[in-house]
Amino acid sequence: MIKKTVFSGFGGQGVLMMGYVLAVSAMKDGRHVTYLPTYGAEVRGGTANCTVVVSDEEIFSPVASTLDYAVLMNKPSLVKYEPLMSEGGLIIINSSLVSDSPSRKDVGFVRIPANDIARELGSDRTINMIMLGALVAKTGITTQDSIMNGLSEIVKAKKASLMELNRKGLQKGAEYALKF
Amino acid sequence: MSEKKLMSGSHVIAEAAVRAGCRFYAGYPITPQNELTEYSAAAMVRTPGGTFIQAESEIAAINMVIGASMAGARAMTSSSSPGISLKQEGISFAAAMELPLLVVNTMRGGPGLGNIAPAQGDYFQATRGGGHGDYRTIVIGPASGQELADLTRKAFDYADHYLTPVMIIGDGMIGQMMEPVEFPDPIDIKKLPTKPWILDGAKGRPSRLIRSLILDIALEEAHNWKLVKKYETISREITSWEEYQTDDARLVVVAYGTAARIAKGAVRKARERGMKVGLIRPITLWPFPSRVLHEMTGRIKEFLVFEMSTGQMLEDVRLAIEGRANVHFYGRPGGVISTPEEIAGEIQGLYQSRQLDGE
Repeated sequence: MIKKTVFSGFGGQGVLMMGYVLAVSAMKDGRHVTYLPTYGAEVRGGTANCTVVVSDEEIFSPVASTLDYAVLMNKPSLVKYEPLMSEGGLIIINSSLVSDSPSRKDVGFVRIPANDIARELGSDRTINMIMLGALVAKTGITTQDSIMNGLSEIVKAKKASLMELNRKGLQKGAEYALKF
Repeated sequence: MSEKKLMSGSHVIAEAAVRAGCRFYAGYPITPQNELTEYSAAAMVRTPGGTFIQAESEIAAINMVIGASMAGARAMTSSSSPGISLKQEGISFAAAMELPLLVVNTMRGGPGLGNIAPAQGDYFQATRGGGHGDYRTIVIGPASGQELADLTRKAFDYADHYLTPVMIIGDGMIGQMMEPVEFPDPIDIKKLPTKPWILDGAKGRPSRLIRSLILDIALEEAHNWKLVKKYETISREITSWEEYQTDDARLVVVAYGTAARIAKGAVRKARERGMKVGLIRPITLWPFPSRVLHEMTGRIKEFLVFEMSTGQMLEDVRLAIEGRANVHFYGRPGGVISTPEEIAGEIQGLYQSRQLDGE
């Protein structure tokens, strides 16, 4: 199995961290992974995206011709990545910021009001974990336990309260996605 | 071996260098390789005997590395295309003086300042010497995080063993991409072979001289032929490449580094569509794996070179094949990243136009 996922949004939405957490988690599960960020003369509020490939066998190209999953945090991302989705792929969109829907009928679509859920949790900084929780719940690309395992490696020097907030974000995102 | 870590290519090179016993890094910032410089700064500070210098220029940096090498250290510098151009004088001097050192070029779109996107336009500069005079540098083109870890160590070993500058060339994609990497254990630098030629103070021994100025014509000619002999030995001993699905191939794609990763994905797609296609990925770019390509022409008549340039390694492929097969080219210069589907399309077009699907 090989799955190619793009995470895309504004700089500052935690887009690159989402992809990084997925990549570390899948690696710790023993899967093959590549994490390819965009880089450039970036500015705050500009676009940020990364492509994460998770596979059971050697990954040849970290560059995706087509995408299985897309986690999209703003409207420009939807415009850019909808055409690249493979048939039967899944788009997860932050509906707090994007009211549009994809026009393609051969691609699955989940709306997660990530900013609204984050506000309920008391921290806007959880929006990326909410979206990641939704992705994991809908696709089974990895498990929530694996994500927590990956997170514990990434934020190991930091506070337990932060881990708890991230766990809540993942959980809320998953719950919301499964109701969809 | 340590556990797997997810790291960017630039960080992998810097970590692998320290583990290979590199104790001197000098560089000057340039995108897209600043992460290498940044990581080296921290790594050298925490390593006993380590020195990191952010030099005032690329030219100063390469000359500092020359000095460190003369004093016996495993030493390196890194930069990106325009900065590497500035270092060429130093690299030529190091080749002349037979000094081991490592230069990493994270290539970007050019010529000139160009842009910071991934490109392979510095192949000629790297493999033809780059600086002035009759010399070669060993050039390695890794294609994955793990290869960066393994080949950075080899680069230092080659440099010390053959007494020559070694260059690793990659691009922003190899540098920024993260992959799981297992590092070899750090070497004990005290166990490295002693260097009987270094300048470490002449107390109690005759003084030594390292220089590239050889005014006596006969001596300079002899020095040139001595270097050539060394380059012939290097060619015999370290040429390396990867072959993928070439056994029954009717068309072979030739690509290196980032382009090879994309090409390998394209070859897999083409195979899924029933085309008998393989890949040759040169790992050493100088010495170039000419012989394997030449020998393949007995059974393969169509080659497709894919580069993120307007066609540079293409010339080495043609020289290797010597007209015994058709060499086609597809290039995307200037920082464009192709998709595997795009290259698969090129393969398919060629496969059909050369009528390779018949018996």
